[in-house]
Amino acid sequence: MTAGQLAVLAALGAFHGLNPAMGWLFAVARGMQERSRTVLLWSVPPIAAGHLASVAIVAAVVSATESVVAGNLVAIVGGAVLVGFGLWRLLSARHFRWAGMRLSAAQLAGWSFLMSSAHGAGLMLLPVLATTTPAAPAGHAAHLAAAAPAGLAGTPAAALDGLLAAGVHTVAMFAVMAACALLVYEFVGLGVLRRAWFNVDKLWAAVMVAAGALTIALTA
Amino acid sequence: MTRWTPDPTFYPSARDAAGAPAEQLAYVAAFDRSAELPDAIAVVDTDPSSASYGTVVGWTDLPHTGDELHHFGWNACSSALCPTAPHPHVERRYLIVPGLRSSRIYVLDTKADPRNPVLVKEIPAEELAGKAGYSRPHTIHCGPDGIYVSALGGGSAEGPGGIAVLDHTTFEVRGAWENDRGDQYLAYDFWWHLTRDVLVSSEWGTPSMIEDGLVPELLLGRKYGHRLHFWDLAKRTLVQTVDLGDQYQMTLELRPAHDPRKEYGFLGVVVSVEDLSASVWVWQRSGGEFTVTKIIDVPAEPADPADLPPALQPFGAVPPLITDIDLSVDDRFLYVSCWGTGELKQFDVSDPLHPVETGSVRLGGIVGRAAHPSFPQERLAGGPQMVEVSRDGRRVYVTNSLYGAWDDQFYPDGVGAWMAKLDVDPEAGGMTLDPRFFPHGDDFRGRRVHQTRLQGGDASSDSYCFP
Repeated sequence: MTAGQLAVLAALGAFHGLNPAMGWLFAVARGMQERSRTVLLWSVPPIAAGHLASVAIVAAVVSATESVVAGNLVAIVGGAVLVGFGLWRLLSARHFRWAGMRLSAAQLAGWSFLMSSAHGAGLMLLPVLATTTPAAPAGHAAHLAAAAPAGLAGTPAAALDGLLAAGVHTVAMFAVMAACALLVYEFVGLGVLRRAWFNVDKLWAAVMVAAGALTIALTA
Repeated sequence: MTRWTPDPTFYPSARDAAGAPAEQLAYVAAFDRSAELPDAIAVVDTDPSSASYGTVVGWTDLPHTGDELHHFGWNACSSALCPTAPHPHVERRYLIVPGLRSSRIYVLDTKADPRNPVLVKEIPAEELAGKAGYSRPHTIHCGPDGIYVSALGGGSAEGPGGIAVLDHTTFEVRGAWENDRGDQYLAYDFWWHLTRDVLVSSEWGTPSMIEDGLVPELLLGRKYGHRLHFWDLAKRTLVQTVDLGDQYQMTLELRPAHDPRKEYGFLGVVVSVEDLSASVWVWQRSGGEFTVTKIIDVPAEPADPADLPPALQPFGAVPPLITDIDLSVDDRFLYVSCWGTGELKQFDVSDPLHPVETGSVRLGGIVGRAAHPSFPQERLAGGPQMVEVSRDGRRVYVTNSLYGAWDDQFYPDGVGAWMAKLDVDPEAGGMTLDPRFFPHGDDFRGRRVHQTRLQGGDASSDSYCFP
């Protein structure tokens, strides 16, 4: 992993953390219902854990199947899926709902896992993950190359690299989510939901389409 | 139909909603009892500075006849800000309008011209029956993940009635809401404690028990609904049923506290067969179990049998008939319609178990026939029936028709059509009729008026997930 890649992963993590639908809003609600900052803070780790699980599955699969051929295939197919999924999210308004408001920590993590998966959070990392094959240092992808240690590419051990990527992403997501939740709970107040809740769904879908196109462009 | 910023009529908390700007328009369900004219949504100007204030300024006829429009509602509301299924960029724009007699559901778009809503979709009775197994759609609530519709009848049989869910973007019928209904059979109203994953439902009767009028044998046989059901909103299963006792007939309107930290609510009961009184009850949860307590009793008023409709002559009294209640958004005032005696009562329910009566206004009534101050010579039929309270709690609107066949029984010489508005002192309580606001008679083009919804939301449309 290069510093640049890590920065991109962290930036995407921050973007995910910023989205109220990914969990900070839920954490604020739980805190407010119980009038307790502690409840808010204890809600954040399970949400981050669910997000991590969702992202890690994609990251591990992509990293473990890396090789010149498989890498290109994963990247191009993945890129196409991403563009399609992004367009579908952009155009579809079908709503996701899994559970109620009174959740245990495990249920909260499960909710977060499904929420992240349904929004394709892991897929969004594809341009960083799928174009890092060490066997493709030349051409368009040169500046993103050389991630996994030589000899590990395409082996299960490379999946660890994917998990590292997911970890970096999740730490950034966790930090931004917790900051948003605390900020709204302590200082900003609920009015921000009415005033400043920009439609992240549309932005999210657009990012996904862009990530898909980028993946294909970097690979092809 | 999604926006870049949240719909400005959505509020995260009831406290914020109480500061919402005043409504400019009211939508009123109007129906033709004879089923010769189409039912309609009438639009009434509620802006006091407008030259047409208090008059019908818009009108949308529906394409069929005989629907008997009932408790319609918005496609989306403040519950869209709830954190389990947040989607604040949908618009409060469509009115979902059920035909209680026809089982059709209409979707009307109010965006382009709020004074003349446009019909954009019609859900036929067959679709509601085929996909959800229900008929006689009754009450609409905008849920966090869809549109919930209570229904009195089964799809192909009398019952059970229950709740159907519509997709809140396509308005397709998704199916029946219940996973396990236990022995719940009769349906009427429902609402919820969203943050507690609790849904509450009440009971009236199956189609054959209501459609041709109140059946005296069923009433005296104590066959109408007298129970409350508490459900797990997430699992969609019946958790607990409380029976009020079979002398209490028709547990109708449910008004849970708007504060999402509270787990109590109010229930109106139409009549006790033992003394014709009507009552209001409170449900509350303690130690996991719900209990229901009677807090208000309104006694019947003695009357000369000669002044009474045939159904009431043997009793020599007018039953109050509490047919609707409404709770202000700040959970402070409860409004109680006594449709039989023609009275609207206001109670301070800051302490829910110990209500204090703070206001009363008389209009119509089976015997009283109290007139509106603007038309003192006109004896009014019907009484305050459906009540709607503005979000800031300062204005209350009432309409006078209950249900076609029942209107005819209690007001056999005609129920007429009128809508009135009351101004409230939100600090001290008390209410007075607005002399400038009284659309009635021909204003409604021969239709009866049943229920009001206020533009931007009202006290019985929105639910909130934040305190």
